[in-house]
Amino acid sequence: MNLMSLTAVELGKKIKAKEVTVKEAVLAAFDQIEKVEDVYHSYVTLDKEQALKRAEEVQKLIDEGKLDSPLAGVPVAIKDNMCTEGMKTTCSSRILENFYPTYTAEAVLNLEKAGAVILGKTNMDEFAMGSTTETSAYGVTRNPWNENHVPGGSSGGSCSAVAAEECSYSLGSDTGGSIRQPSSFCGVTGIKPTYGTVSRYGLIAYGSSLDQIGPVAKDVTDCATILETIASYDPKDSTSVKREDYDFTSALVDDVKGMRIGIPKSYFGEGLDTEVRDAVLSAAKTLEEKGAIVEEFDLGLVDYAIPAYYVIASAEASSNLARFDGVKYGYRTPDYDGLHNMYKKTRSEGFGAEVKRRIMLGSFVLSSGYYDAYYLKALRTKALIKKEFDKAFEKYDVILGPAAPTTAPEIGKSLSDPIKMYLGDIYTISVNLAGLPGISLPCGRDSKGLPIGLQLIGDCFKEKNIIRAAYAFEQTRTYERCDVAKARD
Amino acid sequence: MANIISDETIEYVGILAKLELSDEEKEKAKKDMGSMLDYIDKLNELDTTGVEPMSHVFPVQNVFREDVVVNGDDRENILKNAPEQKDGSFVVPKTVD
Amino acid sequence: MKQYETVIGLEVHVELATKTKIFCSCSTEFGGAPNTHTCPVCTGMPGSLPVLNKQVVEYAMAVGLATNCKITQYCKFDRKNYFYPDNPQNYQISQLYLPICRDGKVEIQTENGTKTIGIHEIHMEEDAGKLIHDEWSDCSLVDFNRSGVPLIEIVSEPDMRSAEEVIAYLEKLRMIIQYLGASDCKLNEGSMRADVNLSIREVGAETFGTRTEMKNLNSFKAIARAIENETERQIDLLEAGKEVIQETRRWDDNKEYSYAMRSKEDAQDYRYFPEPDLVPIVISDEWLEEVRQRQPEFRDEKKARYVSEFKLPEYDADIITQYKKMADIFEKATEICKNPKKVSNYLMGETMRLLKEKSMDPDELTFSPENLAKLIGLVDKGVINGNTAKEVFAQIFENDTDPEVYVEEHGLKMDQDEDGLKKIVEEVVAANPQSVEDYKNGKEKAIGFLVGQVMRASRGKANPGMVNQLLKETLSNM
Repeated sequence: MNLMSLTAVELGKKIKAKEVTVKEAVLAAFDQIEKVEDVYHSYVTLDKEQALKRAEEVQKLIDEGKLDSPLAGVPVAIKDNMCTEGMKTTCSSRILENFYPTYTAEAVLNLEKAGAVILGKTNMDEFAMGSTTETSAYGVTRNPWNENHVPGGSSGGSCSAVAAEECSYSLGSDTGGSIRQPSSFCGVTGIKPTYGTVSRYGLIAYGSSLDQIGPVAKDVTDCATILETIASYDPKDSTSVKREDYDFTSALVDDVKGMRIGIPKSYFGEGLDTEVRDAVLSAAKTLEEKGAIVEEFDLGLVDYAIPAYYVIASAEASSNLARFDGVKYGYRTPDYDGLHNMYKKTRSEGFGAEVKRRIMLGSFVLSSGYYDAYYLKALRTKALIKKEFDKAFEKYDVILGPAAPTTAPEIGKSLSDPIKMYLGDIYTISVNLAGLPGISLPCGRDSKGLPIGLQLIGDCFKEKNIIRAAYAFEQTRTYERCDVAKARD
Repeated sequence: MANIISDETIEYVGILAKLELSDEEKEKAKKDMGSMLDYIDKLNELDTTGVEPMSHVFPVQNVFREDVVVNGDDRENILKNAPEQKDGSFVVPKTVD
Repeated sequence: MKQYETVIGLEVHVELATKTKIFCSCSTEFGGAPNTHTCPVCTGMPGSLPVLNKQVVEYAMAVGLATNCKITQYCKFDRKNYFYPDNPQNYQISQLYLPICRDGKVEIQTENGTKTIGIHEIHMEEDAGKLIHDEWSDCSLVDFNRSGVPLIEIVSEPDMRSAEEVIAYLEKLRMIIQYLGASDCKLNEGSMRADVNLSIREVGAETFGTRTEMKNLNSFKAIARAIENETERQIDLLEAGKEVIQETRRWDDNKEYSYAMRSKEDAQDYRYFPEPDLVPIVISDEWLEEVRQRQPEFRDEKKARYVSEFKLPEYDADIITQYKKMADIFEKATEICKNPKKVSNYLMGETMRLLKEKSMDPDELTFSPENLAKLIGLVDKGVINGNTAKEVFAQIFENDTDPEVYVEEHGLKMDQDEDGLKKIVEEVVAANPQSVEDYKNGKEKAIGFLVGQVMRASRGKANPGMVNQLLKETLSNM
């Protein structure tokens, strides 16, 4: 049996039942990694030695009956923008090429408490800025379904690692679609939770008001289980929300009878690939057949989300990334003349083109004379977008649409035209602006064989609605594995 | 392009952001920023009069800590990643006041 | 020459007396080895997040209430973006758009009478770290122990017209804040820092001139000198037909000269925006009332109470309440020894004398009210005499010595041995026939000299009353 073909929960059960040891699971993961990593490059950092050591500790705790989480002993990959004590954390940037955090992100700590074994850190767009994982300073990640295509981004490594079965599940982060879009491109499932559900402590910030950590896995059951484990109220994160319901797995019910699902007409207009449209509408049909009430509606302001997002995210990023200056950690330019020259050279050499582009834009929109026209305007637009969603959720439990307008583009085709690339986030971005939960799960493949993702959006704190709908839809399909994943079958 | 970004603007933003661009990068940055701003100007189509700018989505408020010392001396960890350190401090090029 | 008037507004930074920093649980204690009071938050480590110290908000509210401000019941933090190595995140968390207090005022007294100084706003923010400049190498060292120490910045209206008014305003603020216990407000240690915004205009002009901002003023004297110097500089510029440039200047108190802190790399464009990592502060009416109820007794009330409750002369009450530190010592010592007038005498007399002699501020007093009360007790009980008490008080003042222990160890107890004293008196009388003669001839003063001689012979330990009596007896028997 190929342990890597199991879902995280299935593997967890086998470990618990002593059918499989933690070490076997970890070795299986590294076996697959060693087979495929050279081509696909899902990881920036791997630590086999540490993982095996940790496997022994976890095994001991399981044997002593001290760990009964469904994820105990299951190997996980962490996006490289989450701090992991003693394990290099680079944000796929040269500026953090030698950064070893002295503390671990709260979400990762929650996983560790549940007995997770970390295999390594996954590749991403530098500082999560990008939709293709091509802006990483450590090389591109390739889509396990077709190595000439991108895995999406920015959590491209986390999603490709799951698809290629180089881990049992992973954590990603989502600021404008960075979990959902690559999940869609890689044929896996990912959730972006309601803002405030998972602590941001230890997540290296891109757009603080938009960032959320979430799970990436083979199926909805895994995602709900992982989310239940990582979500917590954290006094170290002032934007963390004390929720009443963390029992996301209770929504794993194959029943959508009477569930009201709205399809925004504006999500199906110009720019949407017809194959993607057909697959997504067919998924809607399936849910309708299972008893959901599905109807089209007008969701306003869709076209304004991207410009508002780029103002807000770039502005926050320009400030969040100011701390990378060669003084306290990370890269410092070897030759400089005085303080300001040191700052400038360090940052210019340490950051890649896309990061610099957004820092420049963000600094500009906040600069004297432009703040009102750009930044406040964007925050007002955000308020209006939120209102549009509030209106929609008065009528619907779930909003259904595509996760991205196309399937994964070819490597090298996206970065030359940034605006076109940014337009690819049109269905995901407004969800971050409004703080909503969203899930992306596979709903078919295009004629090139590339996966198509279905996105379900819920109202704030209503993850259970989208989990239930996604779970019900998933029951009508079987999980499709890519050929790469089958390497050690 | 409606937004023409001048050399001075790029220079100025470079000072604010502490980024030093090569001439080639500058030309590209002028073009990129101009077209991004053109795109962002789309927001002007929206009438936002009387709309409160929304920085936080949820009405979470009054998150406080009690005034109790919890942290001890963690200097070793704090300096662990320093590019240059001396006498328990971070070293920077001389700052002249 | 035209007649000019100086227009001054102040930005006063006050370090709050919290135990921990504003956004993390590190100690604010002064003087630790570099970077020993730091954590990921106050050193700007990636992924760290700020959490607001509630006490900071309450101190800011208390200062706002005491300076007649309106409290902003929905307030927020903003980020002020600028690069400097003492600023670990390269942004400072401060308040621009919705500061916690606005529109306040305080009254000051100067030789020209009472004047009201408007307070534009008070906002909360974090302090920066410290840069130590290495003389011998081309580098500076960064210590983040002060990074994240809570500050309030009190911004006045441009209502002051002279150094005298500025100093009266600062003293008033200092007194209010010390009474609140919100800060020790020491200019020389930097727990109170004043930046002076100054412009000049022709007398009678309606509009303000261009202002400069003066930094690095570490004493009242420096402030006064800088105001004088900057006023002259601006007048000279205008008289020469030149313009005043709006800029930040740094005062060098040794050279009594200021220079512009200009740099091409310093754009002064702070790109403020709402801090996304912190949530708004909503101050309910109840919370505000709670803080209001907890406000301490301020100077005027205290002064009146000292007069009515302790029967102190108005003059004494005025001096003692000028400094919270003095008032605290007075109240505590009085509570113990139940002798307000004697406590007041020590404070008004010896304490003030020693402060002046050592050019110290009453803030810097270190002795405990317990030891002062004990000393008064020793005198009352006749254990030591007044002269000895002076000597012992000097010890208390200096080292907060326990007077009982000190008197014991140094054998300073009054000599109550009448026979022994009688012997000394007889010896002194025998050795000073001239004085005895003078006394007998009606020179009352001569007895003073004899008393002094006896006291000296007893090494100050004799009971002066007893000496007097014995002397008189001896002389009248002669």
